[in-house]
Amino acid sequence: MATSETNGNPTAPVPPEAGRSGFPARSMVGAGGGAQGGVGAGARRRKPIFRIGARIGNATFVAIAVAVFVLLGLVWWAATASGWVKPIFLPSPVAVWTQLVKLAGDGTLWADAKISIYRIMVGFLIASAMAIPIGVLIGCFRIWEAAIEPLVDFVRYMPVVAFVPLTILWAGTADTQKFLIIWIGTFFQQVLMVMDNVKRVPPDFIGLGRTLGLPERKILTRIVVRSALPGIWDTLRISLGWAWTWLVLAELVAATSGLGYRITVSQRYFQTNTIIGYILLLGLLGLITDQVMKALERVLFGYARRGR
Amino acid sequence: MTVTATVPKLQLSGLNKSFGRGDKRIQVLRDIDLSLADNEFVSLVGTSGCGKSTLLSIVAGLEDFDSGTLSVDGAPVTGPGLDRGVVFQSYTLLPWLTAQGNVEFALKAAGYGAGERRDIAREHIELVKLTKFANAYPSELSGGMKQRVAIARALSYRPKMLLMDEPFGALDALTRHQMQELLTRIWEEHRLTVLFVTHDVEEAVYLSDRIVVMGIGPGCIKQTFDVDLSRPREPDSASSAEFIDLQREVLRSIREESLKVELA
Repeated sequence: MATSETNGNPTAPVPPEAGRSGFPARSMVGAGGGAQGGVGAGARRRKPIFRIGARIGNATFVAIAVAVFVLLGLVWWAATASGWVKPIFLPSPVAVWTQLVKLAGDGTLWADAKISIYRIMVGFLIASAMAIPIGVLIGCFRIWEAAIEPLVDFVRYMPVVAFVPLTILWAGTADTQKFLIIWIGTFFQQVLMVMDNVKRVPPDFIGLGRTLGLPERKILTRIVVRSALPGIWDTLRISLGWAWTWLVLAELVAATSGLGYRITVSQRYFQTNTIIGYILLLGLLGLITDQVMKALERVLFGYARRGR
Repeated sequence: MTVTATVPKLQLSGLNKSFGRGDKRIQVLRDIDLSLADNEFVSLVGTSGCGKSTLLSIVAGLEDFDSGTLSVDGAPVTGPGLDRGVVFQSYTLLPWLTAQGNVEFALKAAGYGAGERRDIAREHIELVKLTKFANAYPSELSGGMKQRVAIARALSYRPKMLLMDEPFGALDALTRHQMQELLTRIWEEHRLTVLFVTHDVEEAVYLSDRIVVMGIGPGCIKQTFDVDLSRPREPDSASSAEFIDLQREVLRSIREESLKVELA
């Protein structure tokens, strides 16, 4: 048993600051001091725009962003209208728009977009449905991490493009091959990202679950997965962007339908307006899905942002 | 040494703990003997690296130990459990649940029914004076408020003791004082065995019945001080000569240890 000593032996006189009561007085010193040393009082200096981290208003931000799009559009228009670039290489914005309207009118565009969206949905959902549980598993258990993580890392560095011939050999040119390419391109990345999401769950959350007497299974579902969910959602959003790339790649090489297929066919007939129109359309589709995911994130995980 | 008739609430004897293995093995705790009586408030203080937080984790059952015994009410501890409520420095409020929801989460884990959970959680939110913020999410609460919810949560399921690991360490000075006063008031009204880790000596003196100073190299129990200040403790208690004397004695004891490290 440890020895017990009561306090005694008063030695030197004690300065009042050492006591608790001294505290509020001390705190007032900082709060009360009016003069801000150095800079002249009242004169609010304008901060330079190119100061690191300098803030700009929302309206300014939007205006700059829109201006860049408009400017690039104008450059494009000027380059084509002046005859500086031949339409076979770069048609005018109007020609691209007209072509898109025409393809939308005869239904080609919608049919192409529909089949492409179907492929990306299936491929991406299969990849995600596999990546989430496996990522959670390897993020939580070192044994699974040892078994799976190095393998995934290895495959991840194999170029997806190199798998295209192999997948055609295996699955032909049917939709299965597109799913396979999307899966190869996204699954291996997703697994590692989900693992990371899970590893970022604060260890004290798990400690809390243990002190509440929860069994490991419940700590996993009620605390770890729930806590990692916003991160996992973000992983899905980012990997969905990549999935679009792999979809188009698969359609460019071997397909009889889809947005990528239309681009390849258009190249054969020098329909540059269709190619550019479809590329812009792909960008737009990507932007829309990204914004939808972000909006859902705000609805689903709004609790993390409140009060900020 | 006298043998007490009653079994201590918490008893540690001859407890040793090391980290690492092989050549890198470092002993962090050596022969720790410590016992807490029922409803006693004991603070563990010491320089950083003395293993006070490790010791608390061991008592919580979150960390293993190499040898020795650890028992609650005479029964050996085999892991974490609902008999020991823990308040972490990092608040550990689940961000997807409101203040009320966080307390209910613990009550659900402890096996309370839905109706009971709501009532008990509400009572404890009231106890820490957060009724107005019962439906606020952690991101909407200040550090002090979060820690109050964490305290309400740890008290709600009626553990046999409360283990607090530098719970106010991340708070600003003013909030820390308010929290200390709140904790003292709750403790004086409801009484509970508390093991409190802190590096703030003033806080230890203000809150505790007994202060245990830990030494280092490896962590051990160096000295124990009984705090004979009267209760209830008021904010003014801290300006009394006894308080300040004791505070200085404890500080000196800790300083001896930190000097040992600097000279080594």
